[in-house]
Amino acid sequence: MKIILKQIKIIDPSSSLNEVNDILIEDGVIKKIGSINEDEFKSSKIFEMDGKIVTPGFFDMHVHLREPGREDEETIETGSNAAAVGGFTGIACMPNTNPAIDSAEVVRFIKEKSSNHLVDVFPIGAATLNRKGESISPILELYEAGVVGFSDDGNVIKSAGILRNVLEYSKITKAPVIEHCEDESLADGAMNESFTSTLLGLPGIPTVAEDLIVARDIMMAEYVDGKVHIAHISSKKSVELVRQAKKNGIKVTAEVTPHHFTLTDENLKTFDTNYKMNPPLRSREDVEAIIEGLKDGTIDCIASDHAPHSIEEKEMEFIFAPNGIIGLETQIGLAISELVKKKHLTIEQLIEKFAINPRKILNLEIPKIKVGEKANLTILDPEIIWTVDVSKFKSKSKNSPFDKKLLTGKAIAVINKNKMFYEDKFFTI
Amino acid sequence: MALASRHLLGLNGVPKEDIQLILDTARTFREVLERPIKKVPTLQGKTIVNLFYENSTRTRISFELAQKRLSADTINFSTSTSSTKKGETFKDTVRNIEAMKVDMIVVRHQSAGVPHYLTRISNANIINAGDGLHEHPTQGLLDMYSINEKLGRLEGLNVCIVGDVAHSRVALSNIFGLKTMGANVSVCGPATMIPIGIEKLGVKVFHRIDDAIKNNDVLNVLRIQLERDAGRRIPSLREYHQFFGITTDRIKNHNPDILILHPGPINRGVEISSEAADGPYQIILDQVTNGVAVRMAVLYLLGTMH
Ligand SMILES: [Zn+2]
Repeated sequence: MKIILKQIKIIDPSSSLNEVNDILIEDGVIKKIGSINEDEFKSSKIFEMDGKIVTPGFFDMHVHLREPGREDEETIETGSNAAAVGGFTGIACMPNTNPAIDSAEVVRFIKEKSSNHLVDVFPIGAATLNRKGESISPILELYEAGVVGFSDDGNVIKSAGILRNVLEYSKITKAPVIEHCEDESLADGAMNESFTSTLLGLPGIPTVAEDLIVARDIMMAEYVDGKVHIAHISSKKSVELVRQAKKNGIKVTAEVTPHHFTLTDENLKTFDTNYKMNPPLRSREDVEAIIEGLKDGTIDCIASDHAPHSIEEKEMEFIFAPNGIIGLETQIGLAISELVKKKHLTIEQLIEKFAINPRKILNLEIPKIKVGEKANLTILDPEIIWTVDVSKFKSKSKNSPFDKKLLTGKAIAVINKNKMFYEDKFFTI
Repeated sequence: MALASRHLLGLNGVPKEDIQLILDTARTFREVLERPIKKVPTLQGKTIVNLFYENSTRTRISFELAQKRLSADTINFSTSTSSTKKGETFKDTVRNIEAMKVDMIVVRHQSAGVPHYLTRISNANIINAGDGLHEHPTQGLLDMYSINEKLGRLEGLNVCIVGDVAHSRVALSNIFGLKTMGANVSVCGPATMIPIGIEKLGVKVFHRIDDAIKNNDVLNVLRIQLERDAGRRIPSLREYHQFFGITTDRIKNHNPDILILHPGPINRGVEISSEAADGPYQIILDQVTNGVAVRMAVLYLLGTMH
């Protein structure tokens, strides 16, 4: 089958492409860019794309799919559907499932279950067995089965000694160790420790709980010459630590979630548990530092930390409610509204943070918009104004603080693996 | 005169006129409590649920007595949070209670924000009887009532809250209420017990108890949680008493005119010596009596709102 994306703005930072043109895709491969003849027009399905942007497919490197274990909250399929709606052609899923992704068997189960979906799913292996922090997981075996990084996400890798060994091992594979940075002895709280936590009477988690582990991990990455990726960075000091480490040539990268550059701890004043996450929402000052970090490249990429929870679980008394929100279906809208429209990032920079950098960090092939390449594409409408409606989400869970929020910009289609998702339908192209 | 809100969730943001109205109304009920027949028919036909997820016999009894004195029908629902975590959810419990057509819910819970959440899922008037480390507004009100009763004013007084301010709902309600009424509020305790950013509320911080005694008209002494704190936030109960305990000697040496409050229950020999707890400087039992009058006032003002 042949399709034509007509008069679309093509932006591909890795081939310095930025032009309005027609793209012909045949059987999932980019056949032509521009100069498409009459016959081809006649024999193709045409998509009018005035004002739309096509980019290499976006990638979310921090998603919790909940399968195996909590299929009532999300499955590999529903999570992948949410990713497609949200504009992603690839995701990496975190190992805090039940069982954890700490054996080749679980990796194969996930790969198998996701193999026919438009969205590529890459498991992250547990860094330690059952994410307990006690003994290191079979890192080489997991890598061979297809994991692209190692993490105890949800937990920090508890001891520096274990971290060292995980790093030494993962170094052999070149895959990064992805750290959920939190000193647990300081993290027994329900929100950011601040004047606001004092006012609300909620136990606080200080930023120093994150900073200490970021510092530890940077030092360990330097000592071992390993690769550490800081998940969901949230504090000003941590951003500064990563900035300095990068200057010193240490192999450290970082991601931020849309909620950490959009919301602050003041949002908790209603005690709505949809604002409860870990790391917690921080202060305005931290948000500003994060935006600075995104601008100067200290923070490499944006990732959702998509964390589905059932309504019954989330509708609990604040201190008992679980942490986390879903984010796949809102994150591009939030990023365009908060970062591009407010002129913090250019659209090219945004594409780097969503399409290029996460794949670089995970050593995955970066899709190119080039004749002869497989079409792995995200199509954006950067101007559309829309209202978030959680009841329409593809995700099985609805725990989002952004319901009813007005956003500018969203993905309207994705193309990958010879499939397209457009106007709420998947179809083969 | 009526209150601005149909709930009492905390004293943060409650206007001065409302606090004054509650305190004035409490004075009327305080007189009722001195009569041979201590009962008035003002809330006859109203149903009030005391929803206690945390063991607090004193507060519950005080509310219950206030409700009986106002002729309301009272239902007690007490449970520990650990049992509900496994069984019925909080929301389901509240829905069940709602179905029984209740007019008011008095709620005590170990999580901050539960009374606020209740206002979203229930139509009843909600009274916060203590939520987590957040607020305990009727305690703040009864403390203010008691200070005013003894000293004749709140405005311009120097009041210091002593102890584990960071883990106290009493402290915040006192701070908000007293500031609104024009008092100067300070706190005193080891740095591990002083919450972050408290000075932003216009609150002065003391780390030496003698300074606190010298510079204040009133000390509101908080209870130390024995099991939870020793060895973690304070080295030991003995050391705490040595450096922060209220003793008759300290009072005599530094400020014999000081007034001592304590929300109870007292740990004798920890935050206050036995002698000081029974001595002439304190009004601890008056607080208990005033508590009933203040709770009657709150129940009456909310229960008769339209
Ligand atoms: Zn995490």
